[in-house]
Amino acid sequence: MRPLKIVVLAKQVPDTRNVGTDAMKPDGTVNRGKLPTIYNPDDLHALELALNIKDRVPGTTVTVLTMGPKRAADIIRESYYRGADNGFMISDRRFGGADTLATSYTLAKGIEKLAPYDLILGGRQAIDGDTAQVGPQSAEKLNIPQVTYVEEVMSISDNEIVAKRRLEKGVETVSAPFPCLMTVHDSSPVCRSRQAKRVMQYKYARTQTELKSKSTEEYLRELHTKRPYLTIPEWGVEDIDAEMEKIGLSGSPTKVKSVESIVLTAEETKVLSDSDVDIEMMIKELIENHTIG
Amino acid sequence: MKSVFVYCEVENQKVAEISQELLSAGKRLAQKLGSPLEAMVFGAGLNNISKQIAPFGVDKIHVVDDTRLEPYTTLPHAAIASDILKREEPQIVLFGATSVGRDLAPRLASELSCGLTADCTILDIGDHYVSKEKKEYKDLLFAIRPAFGGSIMANIINWDMHPQMATVREGVMKKEIFDEKYQTEVISLAADKILNDEDFVVKVLERHIEESDVNLKESPIIVAGGYGVGSKENFDKLYQLADLLGGEVGGSRAAVDAGFIDHDRQIGQTGVTVRPKLYIAAGISGAIQHTAGMQEASLIISINNDPDAPMNKLADYVINGDISDVVPKMIQSYKKNAK
Repeated sequence: MRPLKIVVLAKQVPDTRNVGTDAMKPDGTVNRGKLPTIYNPDDLHALELALNIKDRVPGTTVTVLTMGPKRAADIIRESYYRGADNGFMISDRRFGGADTLATSYTLAKGIEKLAPYDLILGGRQAIDGDTAQVGPQSAEKLNIPQVTYVEEVMSISDNEIVAKRRLEKGVETVSAPFPCLMTVHDSSPVCRSRQAKRVMQYKYARTQTELKSKSTEEYLRELHTKRPYLTIPEWGVEDIDAEMEKIGLSGSPTKVKSVESIVLTAEETKVLSDSDVDIEMMIKELIENHTIG
Repeated sequence: MKSVFVYCEVENQKVAEISQELLSAGKRLAQKLGSPLEAMVFGAGLNNISKQIAPFGVDKIHVVDDTRLEPYTTLPHAAIASDILKREEPQIVLFGATSVGRDLAPRLASELSCGLTADCTILDIGDHYVSKEKKEYKDLLFAIRPAFGGSIMANIINWDMHPQMATVREGVMKKEIFDEKYQTEVISLAADKILNDEDFVVKVLERHIEESDVNLKESPIIVAGGYGVGSKENFDKLYQLADLLGGEVGGSRAAVDAGFIDHDRQIGQTGVTVRPKLYIAAGISGAIQHTAGMQEASLIISINNDPDAPMNKLADYVINGDISDVVPKMIQSYKKNAK
């Protein structure tokens, strides 16, 4: 079977699953700067699926594409540590404020630069928005078929991939031709860990922006001239030929009109201790008013 | 007047529960706007499908009846919906936040270059002044949803790239028949006029749909656990209490993520919305993402060792204590006092 060219879309996200009290502002909103950033969990599942296909089909390459601020280069390094062959970053202030439509346009322009490709993989959704929209929207922009919620790849041939989808109420097996885009469900296998050897090899991988930074030591720059594969390519608006009106805020139809932190309150709250007496009193009240039988 | 559209999911000649709820929500929006409500439904054997749809107050039903449209696959459904929406230019289009709706709506939003807001918990109509353009936009869709891990509610609008699209989870909107004898107009379209072979490149080879035996939505009593429950073993105590009271067990997203409980028991914005008689929240802090799915419970008990947990503000009874201590005491006390 011929080797495949796989592109994995990965996003760096604030860890909204562990919002500690220190990350909450007094008005109840989240201080994003205070949240640690992580590799979006579903995207790690997508990376694993890609690496699994690479194991099964010799010669297959796995390229990771991420879009985000400068610190998102961590995503590329992490992907290298776990087995990715290449990494590219889309990073430019002008992409900021993008909703899912503008994001998928930008990603699609980046993916087109990586053409030809056989398979685009991404997580089903990102934990900072849970929309699950960027996958299908990117597929539409690229004009290729989509297969969402993939749990397992059953078989691969030169022209076709067969995958099991995890639906709300069951499973479905579908076949799709190459090229296509798949979003990966978190019921698929978890991602393999970092390999020590690859960490040694790629820990000095940097973007141009990082290399230029004052805090970067000179020997790193020298290392990059000797080992150019360590330099993570960084693409801005012009590099991917993006149209200004389709990116960032201006390319985003949805706007946030207002946010409010809503504090719901009951009319009257009875506060009890964990003593037997208090609990028995409550249970008796509930039985009396027929809440419980 | 521009209309409100609902994409109806149908399987085995039956309109899905979520679609019936959306038709009701769509009708309420249409009435506020003074505009017609329209439905689109694609599937196989749909001769009498309008009878299930019209009573929600639907003025026009666009039907495409073709064996190739069931089970659902993305491309043909997207091609037909896009064809209809480009011609009809509605103001608002609603989809269920289901396996189908979450697959279809974004593909369509991309093709139509319009805005789409996922998992809304409130839909409303209102005006918005855009200061940059010095212009007031009337009658916009307010798509309201919890955001940033459920700590705030965000009102998402879209004033310049129509239609305005939104998805809603099952159970969020109330289903109500508008008029059993509502007069509707059925428009049948031929799939062949819109579709070609390329729309059928993705093929469904096998399908197993199981009706889940978990029925949180209908259960009058729900014992729900959060991250604070601490372990799968502690969840067993919640199951004991639920069994005793004749209720079901649910969980917050944090509990699901931690592996304490299965996905199909998740309550909240990205899970199920419930309206039980009694809701016992054990070790649930009460992020909006969760409370959005249970705030309409008639009576709420919050068991938490954090006296400042937001859930406590919502609760009728607050018990300050540990789950592992309080729940067994509740079981014991119930056994003693129940007749």
